[in-house]
Amino acid sequence: MALIHIKDVVKTYDMGAELVHALSGVSLDIEENEYVAIMGPSGSGKSTLMNVVGCLDTPTSGLYEFGGQNVGELDDNELAEIRNRKIGFVFQTFNLLPRSTALHNVELPLIYAGISASARREKAEEALVSVGLADRMTHKPNELSGGQRQRVAVARALVNNPSIILADEPTGNLDSKTGIEIMQLLVDLHQKGNTIILVTHEEDIAAHAHRVIRLFDGKVASDEVIENPITYAERT
Amino acid sequence: MLTLHDFKEGIRIAITAIGANKLRSVLTTLGIVIGVVVVTLMATVIEGLGMALDKSISSLGTDTYYLSKWDWFGGEWWKARNRKDVTVEQAERLRERFQLAEAVVPVVSTWQRTMKYKNRSVKGNVNGTVPEYEITSGVVPEDGRFFNLYESNAGRPVCIIGHDVANNLFEREDPIGKTIKISGYSYRVIGVFEKEGDFLGTSMFSKDTQAFVPMENFLKIFGTNRSIDIHVKMREGVPKEDAKAEMIGVFRSIRGVPPGEENDFGVNTQDFLKQVFDGVVSTIGVVGFLITSLSLLVGGVGIMNIMFVSVKERTKEIGTRKALGAKRRSILFQFLIEAATICLMGGLLGLAISWPLSLIIDEVLPSSMPLWVVGLSMSISIAVGLISGIVPAYTAARMNPVDALRYE
Repeated sequence: MALIHIKDVVKTYDMGAELVHALSGVSLDIEENEYVAIMGPSGSGKSTLMNVVGCLDTPTSGLYEFGGQNVGELDDNELAEIRNRKIGFVFQTFNLLPRSTALHNVELPLIYAGISASARREKAEEALVSVGLADRMTHKPNELSGGQRQRVAVARALVNNPSIILADEPTGNLDSKTGIEIMQLLVDLHQKGNTIILVTHEEDIAAHAHRVIRLFDGKVASDEVIENPITYAERT
Repeated sequence: MLTLHDFKEGIRIAITAIGANKLRSVLTTLGIVIGVVVVTLMATVIEGLGMALDKSISSLGTDTYYLSKWDWFGGEWWKARNRKDVTVEQAERLRERFQLAEAVVPVVSTWQRTMKYKNRSVKGNVNGTVPEYEITSGVVPEDGRFFNLYESNAGRPVCIIGHDVANNLFEREDPIGKTIKISGYSYRVIGVFEKEGDFLGTSMFSKDTQAFVPMENFLKIFGTNRSIDIHVKMREGVPKEDAKAEMIGVFRSIRGVPPGEENDFGVNTQDFLKQVFDGVVSTIGVVGFLITSLSLLVGGVGIMNIMFVSVKERTKEIGTRKALGAKRRSILFQFLIEAATICLMGGLLGLAISWPLSLIIDEVLPSSMPLWVVGLSMSISIAVGLISGIVPAYTAARMNPVDALRYE
């Protein structure tokens, strides 16, 4: 069974006078260990889809099953628990806590998961080492470069061993060189068995994925497999 | 419920947030600071008054009645004015006829008499009484002795002076055996009373500024035209109310009050001090309570306001935390703890201010800040924080994660 099963999902926003159809009947399945890019121009509904997939928002109608569970039936606390344990977010703007160290930022999901302080520290350190920030653990975000901040965010997304990593324009605020580093990191994670969903509007970023879903006007316009995704394998 | 993790993270966030806005946080707590200062100082003053009262009451004795033409407290003085004087002769008859008393002591006073020794002089009340005064008053001379029955009956010109009188008239000399002039008449000092101290900032009720001479002498020198007081100390083990009723009955018959008419004399007790005290305490209490509630209200509104600002400023952080799995209650507690911490800080600041002030009060009115007040004011601070933090915290907890994340 698919990890993510979306069927006829509609999301409408009530903007006072008019109803905005952000998603008007989207259906798709994503299997475990897929690397999917969701693309589309602004207003196409890709952010809304990302919010629904990330359990930040629930569909107005239609079915969304995550790991066999009907997300539409969950209450706020259960959604928070799914986000905490099953989903790792990487945001375009990093969204790190500015006054906390890298280590504490990475520990955050573990705190909400109720994990003991010592186990938390161990896991967070492990995650930071895996993104190559072993020597930056006690630094605060303003002492780190953009690329390093996004690595912290990736470590934070990883630390709870989520079922999927949701990356929303992860390179949008980075220069192309550091952007490539982050993409390389995601490719590595995919090769280690993680499921990755990438939201982007840049073709060359989407080219890292193995499958590209294009949205237009709240509907799936195309869903194709990439024959030769960029893997960086030949360069390392 | 609140997990330990939520709590620890809440404290951590609170400290970080407060640290990031030090000045703002301190200014916000001003209302709380004032509230705590008022509450603690008020309690310190009341405590000090209570201690002063206890001291005064113990010096007066707890089972002594004071029969007088006047009612000390309350009563209708314009009626009392027309009463017959209480006389030494009535005191004598009361002593003969009222058997439940350990001592019945007449005391007659004249106010503001000049007492002189060499070139120094003070003014104070002069009282005429009998040796049993020692029993009814419960005070003993610190130096020397009270006059004896022989001196009393013979009306010898001897006196016992209060502590302040002795200090003011005799700088380095021993007062005992010296002769002082009271209103021009010579008296030999045979005793000095121990210090009683002031009550409610006045020495009006204490013997420190007074002098005591034998009744017979007093009447000879200062005249017999004064209404006297009769101090009645009950025997031990006699039921107080019965003894009082009996005493009033006997004294009414001595004064010739027909049955059914009101007493034509006042039956006073040291309870009047208690009444004065209660009056003062409740005034301080009401004023203090008003100031405290007002400043806490203002403080609470200030905290609520700053918490709304804090929530707004950190909308994106709230969104991020929610995305990472923070539940509503985690966010709620985060901001509640922050509000409570700010208020607790204000409370501690208030204590830091009122502590030295209480030491100054201690100089005027011996007292100390009671420990329970420290606990109470800290609890009030935290409570104000929780109450004023609840609405902003709830707003934060209810935020939609998508909107919060998108907020710039």
